[in-house]
Amino acid sequence: MNRSGTWKRISRNWGLYLLLLPSLVLLILFAYKPMYGVVIAFKNYKNSLGILGSPWADPLFKNFQRFFNSYQCEATIRNTLRLSLYSLAVGFPIPIILALMINQITAMRFRRTFQTILYLPHFISTVVMVGLLLIWLSPSSGLVGAFYRLLGKDAPNVMTSASGFPSIYVWSDVWQHSGWDSIVFLAALSSIDPTLYEAATVDGATRWQKMRYIDLPLLMSTACIMLILRAGNLMNVGFEKVFLMQNDLNMSTSEIIATYVYKMGLRNSQYAVSTAVNLFNNLVNFVLLLLVNCVTRKLGETSLF
Amino acid sequence: MTTTTGKQSLPASHGRNRVRRQPKDVAFDVVLYLICAILLILILYPLWFIVIASFSDPSAVAGGHVWFVPVGFTLDGYEELLNQPNVWVGYRNTILYTVTGTLFGLAVNIPAAYALSRKDLWGRKALMGLFVFTMFFSGGLIPIFLTVQELGLYNSFWVMVVPFAVSAYNVIVARTFFETSLPPDLWDAAQIDGCGNLRFFFTIALPLSKAVVSVIALWTAVGQWNSYFNALIYIRDENLYPLALIMRNILVTQQIQSALGTGEAALIALRKANLMRYAMIIVATVPIMCVYPFVQKYFDQGVMIGAVKG
Repeated sequence: MNRSGTWKRISRNWGLYLLLLPSLVLLILFAYKPMYGVVIAFKNYKNSLGILGSPWADPLFKNFQRFFNSYQCEATIRNTLRLSLYSLAVGFPIPIILALMINQITAMRFRRTFQTILYLPHFISTVVMVGLLLIWLSPSSGLVGAFYRLLGKDAPNVMTSASGFPSIYVWSDVWQHSGWDSIVFLAALSSIDPTLYEAATVDGATRWQKMRYIDLPLLMSTACIMLILRAGNLMNVGFEKVFLMQNDLNMSTSEIIATYVYKMGLRNSQYAVSTAVNLFNNLVNFVLLLLVNCVTRKLGETSLF
Repeated sequence: MTTTTGKQSLPASHGRNRVRRQPKDVAFDVVLYLICAILLILILYPLWFIVIASFSDPSAVAGGHVWFVPVGFTLDGYEELLNQPNVWVGYRNTILYTVTGTLFGLAVNIPAAYALSRKDLWGRKALMGLFVFTMFFSGGLIPIFLTVQELGLYNSFWVMVVPFAVSAYNVIVARTFFETSLPPDLWDAAQIDGCGNLRFFFTIALPLSKAVVSVIALWTAVGQWNSYFNALIYIRDENLYPLALIMRNILVTQQIQSALGTGEAALIALRKANLMRYAMIIVATVPIMCVYPFVQKYFDQGVMIGAVKG
């Protein structure tokens, strides 16, 4: 195609480009310009000199080395991976099971009410969620405290226990989001060809068998896509909830990369090191995403790209 | 597509009509509904506990006497909440952020999604890539912080609305909707009648896409209502704090401090503060919870639109 032809195709649809313009401007300003800002990770960043003016770090990977040699490095990576693998192991299968269950409910009114209630906790904000956890799990005034007293025992304060932190984090997430996460799988189930069930019924299959041999296999491609998306975020445990649940007593398991980046960067003003850690984290994520996508494609299931 | 899904997703009923129910299926139903009941209790009871606790005498709650209904009915918690001026400033701010943020988000994402849904857009794939890439890679906290600061948005109202308004995910969902629900012939016909792209978008495409617009609006609104991260990082001025940030201070930070303190006086203060916290959770959550069941069908639709494309 020659250049004037290209230009014709663009100018004919100038209106479309106008519709795209605002979002593109915002993307360039707030997504792509900061991407260029990652060079801070390779510089001796001084606020007064700006990104361009600051001298290069010597050696170039000095900021990365500082992180890798620090005692927090291993701990933050381990904590991050522990949380995300735990979340994956628990939070990935449960929505699938829920969807299979909901799909089996034949009483439509009950089914709709059940779904509404199941999705409800998803709309609780993170701040309120952590506030709820503090109240429920409080040994002095909470539900858990009351239960323990019913049994005549003293309740432990799990919110300030390092060993309890991962479980509280993961299971409260399951409580809050697994209903909502099941919607995607329900959508996939609803597109299954009904003749499959009819054939199975004629063959005398029980409902359990239909669920096991029709629903579950046909969910796998959706499950694969969701797995890819989650694997790409393996090193990307959300900041918000962890930061709120953090306190001095559970720091040894609750300090993750995201909270470390925040503290290093905005509390200690160590911009360069913070950016280096952040960049390292993002790169690992990105590579993971490509890897998982590659693997699922090889296995013959659906892939993302 | 979504209207038919309800009927198709009833596999079990096929069996009942054609073949006599198997005894195993009856057992299956019993187990199924039992699990459902347990799940309902697991979700509803903890929430119900907060509701009754907010109306109960704090020492009854602390003593473990409050189980199913309020004990020693009181409105002290709500009264205490009324005496917290910053809570109401936060409430107002959150409403403002939610309304402007949602409108701005729609104004930015929906037109972009429409443009990207058009197969005859030159450079469509590359432009789409520009959006999708932001889902998987970002400059990171400090570079974004510096950019926001540089543009003079730090500690301003607009930092909560403008910088992060573009959502690649929402664009993908809306684009998929436009692709599947607007027949290409429609544009061809309009074009022959001399209708331009802009006019087509605003007078034809948009009115036909209320479903997806409401889905995106609701997602954005819920996100705005609940978000605290951006405020934590970019807002210094307490008068600009959204409710979430003020709640963080009251619900989370102080509670940990007082929980670590000891003594009788600390205990009483803690109980009183707890009562206000229950009330606060109710006041902050009830608006969204009340709206949500009515708009639930839109949420479901949206996720399904998104699921088509994965």
